[in-house]
Amino acid sequence: MKMTMLDRVLLLLTGLLAAYQIVVGINDLSTLPIIAYTIAFGVLLIASLLIIILGFDVLDSPAVVIVATIIPLSLSTGLVWEHVPPWQTGYLVFAILGFLAVLITRIFPIPGRLPTIVLAFVHGVAGLVIFILPIVMVLQEQAAPGFALVGLGGALIGLGGLLLSFLRAGKPILSRERILKILPGLLLLMTTCFVAGFYLA
Amino acid sequence: MKHLAARVRLYLPLIKTPQTGLLLATGVAGYLSAGIKVDLITFMGLILSLFLAISGSTILNMWYDHDIDTVMNRTHNRPLAAGTVGLQEALKLGLVLSLLGIGLAIVMDPLYGLVVFAGLFFDVIIYTIWLKRKTCWSIVWGGISGGMPILAGRVLAIGTIDAVGILLTMAVLFWIPTHILTFSMRYYDDYKAAGVPTFPSTYGFAFTRTVIALSAILAAICIGWASVLIGVEAGFLRLLVVLATGLLVLSFATVTRPSERVNFGLFKYASLYMLCSMVVLSIQPYVTIA
Repeated sequence: MKMTMLDRVLLLLTGLLAAYQIVVGINDLSTLPIIAYTIAFGVLLIASLLIIILGFDVLDSPAVVIVATIIPLSLSTGLVWEHVPPWQTGYLVFAILGFLAVLITRIFPIPGRLPTIVLAFVHGVAGLVIFILPIVMVLQEQAAPGFALVGLGGALIGLGGLLLSFLRAGKPILSRERILKILPGLLLLMTTCFVAGFYLA
Repeated sequence: MKHLAARVRLYLPLIKTPQTGLLLATGVAGYLSAGIKVDLITFMGLILSLFLAISGSTILNMWYDHDIDTVMNRTHNRPLAAGTVGLQEALKLGLVLSLLGIGLAIVMDPLYGLVVFAGLFFDVIIYTIWLKRKTCWSIVWGGISGGMPILAGRVLAIGTIDAVGILLTMAVLFWIPTHILTFSMRYYDDYKAAGVPTFPSTYGFAFTRTVIALSAILAAICIGWASVLIGVEAGFLRLLVVLATGLLVLSFATVTRPSERVNFGLFKYASLYMLCSMVVLSIQPYVTIA
């Protein structure tokens, strides 16, 4: 599918927002959240640039499933490390093992439903953490109301991941054209929610 | 006035505006990377002298290579190859712009003028006239000349040649192959027909792709190293690391999964990376991250 000028502008804005977050938005945090958020927004930045340069066809690469796992895993790791100290080590181990599990089940030909189950479990846990944790913190008045936007961003990343996963599995919820049409806007909205949420926290 | 505007429109393709613009951006970045208090007159002089010298050398190259351009499909529409601008007219224009650029540069600062002159000399005499038609390794000199604007900018700011200036020059030197070698693969038949030796025609496509990938990575290492020496703030360093990672991924893909799309993607990304790096180096001394 050919990329329109609007698609390019939306993806460029996504990249710029991600770049802003990497440079400015995470400066005052401790080392691990800085690394985790840099990886998450870095993947978003590079992905936006590569889609602009190589076109939507780049999404057909098998590597997309693996790369797409990095964003929720690193974002959720940063959130847990920052806000739920008792879970720090446990969640970090889950994130590393989860990523390795997705990597292995995608690189080596494993028959059956195991690759899908692993992907769904890792994505599901990470997505739920991003969605629920900020909202819980806001409800418990441990963070400003604006922080809930990070949760909204988590919901949007889950939606995008779901659409792309079903598309790649050959059972698309929406047609490929429709998914690619909304993808740049979805990426921008999601990134805006994350950047605004962290800023307002 | 109408006549003059028409001539300027005719001359614009002679100076390859995107390439001139990017080299000019490197010169500005070299100057601003020093973090000095910007003097507007000196800054305008830097832009004008570099613009004149780069434009002049580009026109002189085009003048000397007009026979090659006529043979190659990619370039046969250029003004000299197509005959829309006369050879003598282009030669005069190239010489005038070059002399004005170098003259202004020397008046501003002799060492700065020397670096600008070196860039023009390496580009026109060593690269284009002497080596381009003899060896594919001529691109090394093309790369060195391409690195002169950023060194010139740095020299004008600090008054001497330092390690940062040399690293920034090397960054541009290593970036240039991603541009020239990608084109020499994409327009392989054109270069062969014109009798210009290239890396693909001398060493094959696989080796050329490896050289492109390695040089892109080396360019990123030089930028990173220079940024650390400059003392770029952590936030900007993170951004440069992220952008360099993209370069690394595409370089890896160029070697392991070669295709025209990926090769050209690396070329575009490397140009974007270089532009972003220049923006970061330019603004970082003047921006404090809260």
